[in-house]
Amino acid sequence: MSYHFEFGWLLEYYPEIVKGILITLELIAIGGMLGISLGIFCAWVRALGPAWLKPVVATYVELIRNTPFLIQLFFIFFGLPSLGLKLSELTAANLAMVVNLGAYSCEIIRAGIQATPKGQFEAGESLAMTRFETFRHVVLVPSLQRIWPALSSQVVIVMLGSSVVSQIAAEDLTFAANFIQSRTFRAFEAYIVSTSIYLVLAILLRQVLAVVGGFIFPRRAAR
Amino acid sequence: MIEFTLWDILRNLLLATRWTMLLSIVSFIGGGAVGLGLLFLRISKRKSFRTVAKYYIELFQGTPLLMQFFIAFFGLGLFGIDVPAWLAAGLALTLWSAAFLAEIWRGCVEAVVRGQWEASASLGMGRLQQMRYVILPQALRVAIPPTVGFSVQIVKGTALTSIIGFVELSKAGTVVTNATFQPFTVYGLVALIYFALCWPLSKSSQILERKLNVAHRNH
Repeated sequence: MSYHFEFGWLLEYYPEIVKGILITLELIAIGGMLGISLGIFCAWVRALGPAWLKPVVATYVELIRNTPFLIQLFFIFFGLPSLGLKLSELTAANLAMVVNLGAYSCEIIRAGIQATPKGQFEAGESLAMTRFETFRHVVLVPSLQRIWPALSSQVVIVMLGSSVVSQIAAEDLTFAANFIQSRTFRAFEAYIVSTSIYLVLAILLRQVLAVVGGFIFPRRAAR
Repeated sequence: MIEFTLWDILRNLLLATRWTMLLSIVSFIGGGAVGLGLLFLRISKRKSFRTVAKYYIELFQGTPLLMQFFIAFFGLGLFGIDVPAWLAAGLALTLWSAAFLAEIWRGCVEAVVRGQWEASASLGMGRLQQMRYVILPQALRVAIPPTVGFSVQIVKGTALTSIIGFVELSKAGTVVTNATFQPFTVYGLVALIYFALCWPLSKSSQILERKLNVAHRNH
């Protein structure tokens, strides 16, 4: 093997790398928050919502969970313009991530809701709460608390999956790696460095989500 | 300009689906074999073995599959191997799924009650005999539903191999789109074909889970 590793020249490209990291973080911040919100709504529909809406949400969840993210992205970015809906790369990437995480988190959150003891609903009812108030104040937070670790892993998985958005020229970290590779032909170094950055981001994101979970669900610490 | 009928599009996509299926099966079998080895390391008595397996799993679960494809594709080339896309694709998918399968199976092995280890040890069984005759048969029952469920992830993972130039369903979708200028139809069909491959697997995973669980409750 006559290959000499040289990482020094990567420093020249640090603006691209930093920009890529920021866009990856932005994608996961927006995708994470909107995706989980969508997931909560869908979980509510599947567990407690109106009967006519249930099959719609079920179809959405099954379709997304059983097709690759790459194809969902291509469908949104290349396919939707034929319906007159033209999106920029970043918007399409964000939308794909929200739609994707929405379906996965729906199933996770639903499991949390279904693990709520029946007595909790009855207790809410006996306090003259409406069904929605019971859901909002009695069921939702303990449900989220129960499944927070699973939800966190899913967010990390979606963050790693976001590397695919480079394929529609959204300028995330993978895009930066590809850019450097095409400029320097130093593929191996470019990809090793960006892969390491992803690993660090994944570990950090897991920590951040654990801390956030501690803030939202303080009762866990008190117990 | 040539006109393409819906059947032309579908036929080309279905022809490419064979490669998606083949790659999925190879990766599942390869990943299962490597994953089993990793599982033994992960629950070994030696701390160094456990640490190696732990870092392996952390590395492959903590980095994007796409990056693993890139590194396999360009990395193997450094060793003077002329890398065809299918080799890099199969290798990366095998190593990636091994990490996930090992971790899934570890949970299943740990679900076997402690007393079973102790009972088999008291019969004078060695570590391998314990695994072979007592632990794995019981863990297998718990392991089947999540393993079938994970095979869906492998099928979806093969879509990324299109990016390093392996011509399977996704790549065929891009090629056909470029020829027909009908992205909406083509990617819609591609999604439906993936769905047709994955949904039966997801569904059977759910059914198996229910079945094996009920059996368990009756004990």
